[in-house]
Amino acid sequence: MTEIFGVPVQALFGQLMLGLVNGSFYAVLSLGLAVIFGMLNIINFAHGALYMAGAMLTWIGLEYLGISYWWMLVLAPIGVGLIGIAIERLMLQWLYKLDHLYGLLLTFGLALMIEGLFRDLYGVAGQPYSIPEELSGAFNLGFMFLPKYRAWVIVASLSVCLFTWFMIEKTRLGAYLRAATENPKLTQAFGINVPLMVMLTYGFGVGLAGFAGVLAAPASQISPLMGSNLIIVVFAVVVIGGMGSILGSVVTGLSLGIIEGMTKVFWPEASATVVFMIMAVVLMIRPAGLFGREK
Amino acid sequence: MMKRKLLALTLSALLIPASGAVLAQAKEKAPAKAAAPAKMNISGDVVKIAVLTDMSGVYSDLGGKGSVIAAEMAIEDFKAQAKPKFKIELVSADHQNKADIGSNKVREWFDTQGVDMVTDVLNSAVALAVAKVTTEKNKIMINAGAASTRLTNEDCAPNNVVHYVYDTYALANGPGKAVTKQGKDTWFFLTADYAFGASLEKDTTDAVKASGGKVLGSVRHPLNASDFSSFLLQAQASKAKVVGLANAGGDTINSIKAANEFGLTKNQTIVGLLTTIIDIHALGLPTTQGMMFTEGYYWNLNNETREWSRKFFSRHKKMPSMLHAGTYSAVTTYLKAVQATGTDDTATVMKQMRATPINDVFAKGGRIREDGRMVHDMYLVEVKKPSESKEPWDYYNIKQVIPAEQAFQPMALSRCPAVMKK
Repeated sequence: MTEIFGVPVQALFGQLMLGLVNGSFYAVLSLGLAVIFGMLNIINFAHGALYMAGAMLTWIGLEYLGISYWWMLVLAPIGVGLIGIAIERLMLQWLYKLDHLYGLLLTFGLALMIEGLFRDLYGVAGQPYSIPEELSGAFNLGFMFLPKYRAWVIVASLSVCLFTWFMIEKTRLGAYLRAATENPKLTQAFGINVPLMVMLTYGFGVGLAGFAGVLAAPASQISPLMGSNLIIVVFAVVVIGGMGSILGSVVTGLSLGIIEGMTKVFWPEASATVVFMIMAVVLMIRPAGLFGREK
Repeated sequence: MMKRKLLALTLSALLIPASGAVLAQAKEKAPAKAAAPAKMNISGDVVKIAVLTDMSGVYSDLGGKGSVIAAEMAIEDFKAQAKPKFKIELVSADHQNKADIGSNKVREWFDTQGVDMVTDVLNSAVALAVAKVTTEKNKIMINAGAASTRLTNEDCAPNNVVHYVYDTYALANGPGKAVTKQGKDTWFFLTADYAFGASLEKDTTDAVKASGGKVLGSVRHPLNASDFSSFLLQAQASKAKVVGLANAGGDTINSIKAANEFGLTKNQTIVGLLTTIIDIHALGLPTTQGMMFTEGYYWNLNNETREWSRKFFSRHKKMPSMLHAGTYSAVTTYLKAVQATGTDDTATVMKQMRATPINDVFAKGGRIREDGRMVHDMYLVEVKKPSESKEPWDYYNIKQVIPAEQAFQPMALSRCPAVMKK
């Protein structure tokens, strides 16, 4: 069998595939962050906690109300989106005029509170959630045994990313949004309800986090700490891609997933650090990120 | 108007955690109901016991609030049975898995609050730091939660520290030997990349080799990794018959979950090296059936354990882990020694505890050795099939009772300077 650096090529394909799966999670999460930062100028630290809330809602839906995974795939993001809208109306909207730091601190505090709430209610060991029947089992790809669920994660998240990109870049609504970001006062003068758009954008951004949470529910243990383990990496992805860049966050999310996957084969101890090493290098060469524009 | 509403909301949001803190403070200050003091040689006229644990982090289900409840139960039961003539107080704190926070808290307890004994102290890093303070202040730590064998070897302090429930040697030894002897003699390790994981891997490797097995390789994963599929694929490629998980808490849970998803469980046996009933409960039997590991306690062993554990359950809403039962036993053992000697003087109490066999709901014929290791029977358990489980929390088949002498590292191998000199 052919080998690369002592690793069989077939095993390498397997790891590439897994990298793509993890990259899909990064892509959806960083996309939400990028949308929120791009439109609202808010560094949303509550993103990880809302991702966890999405997974928790999925579990609560099944456990207490008997709602299936497929329904929760729609309902949980809407639920998380509504929480987001409440946060935006009650708290965030007062901070737009201030420095980024205030938004960051507020959302960080919220993240701690949301996590603390679930930790107090359910403990940290987490809840089990089984893979929906339609997606249990696996494909034998020859070079690896790919669980159907992981394949579904790739398909679902890429579709959502594509949909978001299309909405923002190609539709009238997206055009209004971009205009509102560029010059809120002028846009308002044309009769467009800017605060409403901003509110919906935040709701949509955190809804994406909720969606990623539903996707993650069957794949990992649903624990109150699942968001905080992931969110720092996702922030690094956003910084590498360029704050606020939609396309950048998706492409970087996927490629960093793959790079991280490769690191897990060749130097597993460094797999938690590699993303940050890349971030440091990118910041030195292109401070605005790979796809970002300097202002 | 809007602003006022907002203010009220913000205030109430702030007050919720604040009131929790006030309650916690009150709890710390309020003494447990006291018996009448009498002429005994007790410092400050009160025996003060402290539970130091992880209240909010990854290990908070393993110890946490449950350990405080176990200590409370121990004090209540002791008062009811022994009618002591001294006052007993209980305090507790969260060390947040940070060695500096833990050792500072303990220093404060010893210096200003008159604490005599500290227990639980899970997390090896915190335990080693607290052991140093305990020795310096000449108080007692009965450690029910940490895993590192260093507590009774390189860093042993036999005059002040008792290691009560388990250690990496005891965890590794059971499955390392038993599973290998079943013919599953090739191993691959998934190891958490820090001191604890490394020491668990090393101890298991020794046990596997001693039983004629072979270790094919290992992969070191970062602590709190978010995804284990890549590491498991490497374990799968190794074609080892056994995959040993030298990790703990959430890492173990996510490894097991991914192992199922990727079909490892069909051809390979997964052995958790620090797995507890809390993990099994979190994952459910369909995912964990057939797993083997070592436990220090199981609620469904006999009538005595069932009765105590159900009492614990009625207060904590979860069955006890071995740390909870161990904390109960540690507090009881300590109080009995104070009662018998009439003093809370460290040397006297330690001598008394070493001289008395421990017989309670946690241990039968337990004994504190001269290196500080409490030796007692351990249990090699196998997780039941869902069809075999008769009630919630009915999870284990006991495959083997590992007798105290075999469960723990023999004294001959001790690296504890105080013991080696003799």
